[in-house]
Amino acid sequence: MFGYYLDLALRSLRRNKMLTALMVLAIALGIGASMTTLTVLHVLSGDPMPGRSATLFYPQLDPQDMDGYEPGKEPMQQVTWIDGMNLLHAKRGLRQALMTGGAVPVQPAQSGMDPFYSDARYTSNDFFAMFQVPFLYGRGWSEADDNDKARVVVITRTLNEKLFAGKDSTGQTLRMGDTAFRIIGVLDSWRPNPHFYDMNMGNYVASEDVFLPLTTARELRFDHNGSTDCWGTGGGDEEHMETAPCVWLQFWVQLSGVSDAATYKEFLVHYSQEQKAMGRFQRPPNVRLPTLMEWLDINKVVPGDVRLQTWLAFGFLLVCLVNTIGLMLAKFLRRSGELGVRRALGASKREVFAQLLVESGVIGLAGGMGGLLLAFLGLWLVRKQPSDYAALAHLDMSMLLITFLLAVGSSLLAGLLPAWRACQITPALQLKSQ
Amino acid sequence: MQIKPILSALRRHKAGTFLIAMQIALTLAIVCNALFIIHQRLAHLSEPTGIDEPDIFVIQNEWVGSSTTDQADAKILEDLRVLRELSSVQDVTSSNSYPLRGGGWDDGIKLKPDQLQDTTGSTVYFADDHFVDTLGLKLIAGRNFRAEEISRMDWRDRLGPAQVMVTKALADKLFPQGDAVGKTIYLVGGPTTIVGVVQMLQAQSVDRWAADFAYRSLIVPKRLATSLGVFYIVRARPGQLDAAMRTAPKALFEHNPRRVLDDEAGVLSFAQVRSRAYERDRGMAILMGVICVVLLAITAAGIVGLTSFWVGQRRKQIGVRRALGATRRDILNYFMTENLLISSAGALIGVLLAIAINLWLVTRFEMNRLSLVYVLAGVVILLLLGQGAVLAPAMRASRVPPVEATRSV
Repeated sequence: MFGYYLDLALRSLRRNKMLTALMVLAIALGIGASMTTLTVLHVLSGDPMPGRSATLFYPQLDPQDMDGYEPGKEPMQQVTWIDGMNLLHAKRGLRQALMTGGAVPVQPAQSGMDPFYSDARYTSNDFFAMFQVPFLYGRGWSEADDNDKARVVVITRTLNEKLFAGKDSTGQTLRMGDTAFRIIGVLDSWRPNPHFYDMNMGNYVASEDVFLPLTTARELRFDHNGSTDCWGTGGGDEEHMETAPCVWLQFWVQLSGVSDAATYKEFLVHYSQEQKAMGRFQRPPNVRLPTLMEWLDINKVVPGDVRLQTWLAFGFLLVCLVNTIGLMLAKFLRRSGELGVRRALGASKREVFAQLLVESGVIGLAGGMGGLLLAFLGLWLVRKQPSDYAALAHLDMSMLLITFLLAVGSSLLAGLLPAWRACQITPALQLKSQ
Repeated sequence: MQIKPILSALRRHKAGTFLIAMQIALTLAIVCNALFIIHQRLAHLSEPTGIDEPDIFVIQNEWVGSSTTDQADAKILEDLRVLRELSSVQDVTSSNSYPLRGGGWDDGIKLKPDQLQDTTGSTVYFADDHFVDTLGLKLIAGRNFRAEEISRMDWRDRLGPAQVMVTKALADKLFPQGDAVGKTIYLVGGPTTIVGVVQMLQAQSVDRWAADFAYRSLIVPKRLATSLGVFYIVRARPGQLDAAMRTAPKALFEHNPRRVLDDEAGVLSFAQVRSRAYERDRGMAILMGVICVVLLAITAAGIVGLTSFWVGQRRKQIGVRRALGATRRDILNYFMTENLLISSAGALIGVLLAIAINLWLVTRFEMNRLSLVYVLAGVVILLLLGQGAVLAPAMRASRVPPVEATRSV
């Protein structure tokens, strides 16, 4: 029966090409626009650490003095050197890492290659295990390296390809800022999106090219990038960043779960009280412990423009659907005569209904296909945009499937009313007027 | 024209009538808001910077290898000299930033030393005695910096200049009486005296968070001497921008090759700076525009489709009316009026919907209230669109001959 209905549908669609084209185009435009924006939204609001994000936490403390104090205000977004080191050495989580971004001048040994700046991450040894960073060669550094301020460095695959043509470079020397570093690891491709662990760098930037111990970077006075927020009399000059009343470091901790988080939060409160008793903190303890995903939410990582565009696209889809319903209504009702004959020859209402729905399904399928093409076009346009997330906008399998389901589903939905109305035709009346 | 028969005819086509009205309502709601967003974005990207843009370009210079503050300062002074010697260059200044750059140095300003909350935030520009001339700023009160007032600092040093210049917007915020020159204000680093006021200088960031102090800029007599590098803001001689942009990097590399100028953003004309700063806004405006046009086209197509169907359905009735003496004009008017009625109903719902959507956008996306001009414009556009769309089917209807009345179907 389905085959027969399909045949009927194709015949009917061929009969009025203009109207068919209009319906297919409307659905294609609606689907194309909404899939484009939905894909961008999907990419941007994704989980950068699937499977682990629920166990990663971003502790916040309130180390400021009483200037501008308002109870309940969001504490600072980063930590001071003293607090960061205290939390790091307390080792109350499964793993923890203290870090900041920076830029280092790389002096390639290869002749004919100019020196250049690379984005760097100065961090502590747990970073790689905690964020499940994949290694191509070698490994990360140890706690002893952190303590010894070892001259060791981990580089990315990209930098390895640039400097060593992709060969295993562990054990080789890399000169940065006139200091020789031993390469101990090369990362495999790794780009968590968003760039969650430090959002001063831009929310969707690629990972840094160079990783080295924070203690080493500080000893060599490497430049640090990102925001430095100071208060009181703190000027925060580069020489005294260890003691300055400034926050400039990110601290992440991995805990085993929610119950563990409660214990850790208590520890943070105790720590704040302790610091207040010592006279370092002045405010009453004000601690937060957002999970990774909560932290992204707090920072409003997904751009407002993208959300706005998504809503707009769905409004657009709605108009397209209303339009299609109207056109189908016109089309189906115009065929009252034909349908009347079918009814008179014994087709039940159900069968006529099914036949018309098959027809709307065919329109949906064609519209979906068109929509898919438009979505590819749309995403190609998005990728040409300058934003740092632009390069990420690709259609994946799940989005592909959603496109088709959305197209067919919405056109079936659009077909319901017209098909139902067309079924109400009394066969006798139609035959009489012939 | 009798409206009653039209209404009773429409009652027999409830579904179709409702669909057209809904489509008009939705389109109106979306188009109004989209037009409004377009207008806001366009207004935003045509805000003036206050500088003489056509002749200005910016070089972002980074040094290779570390150097002390003194060494860096010496290198910057040499670079400035090299650039000033070029025939196509009129003047050069070094700074930590420039308007529309995106990020930079912001500072809070207080009027009293013991004040807890800042009076206002401001963008901080580092400047030498060439800054005002190079950027083409207009000094409206007080004086420019003198050469001997310019000192050097590393970018983590405390900001404590003895004298500063401010923009008029900042002066008005701090001293509404207009007597800012000679007054003392307090920066993070301590007190300082205002020696001059410039007409206008936009902030570094055009993002929404910076909108409050968009034109409140502070100009400090400092040369930022850091191994990380600085921006050279260059003013080319009139009509020689291209030549200056070509020769300046060459001259810098000839003088000292141990530097990095980024391939993409190392040398930017101010036109490029401007287009980079507003890329997102422009993109959004274009997207909204495209959506508006496509939506209107789809709605028009829907009206044409449905009306054509109605005309086809009513050929016999039209024939009867014609046979009974209705002119072609009457038939045309009938369909035009019918569409006007449906469109007006749709527009009415659309206006309410547009306002509802806008209120929701206001709470969700920090947008401004929709002005009624846009709603009105939307209504007019859609009514005209409806009349335009119905014209062709209505003309076809008016050409139905009276003899149709005698035919069966």
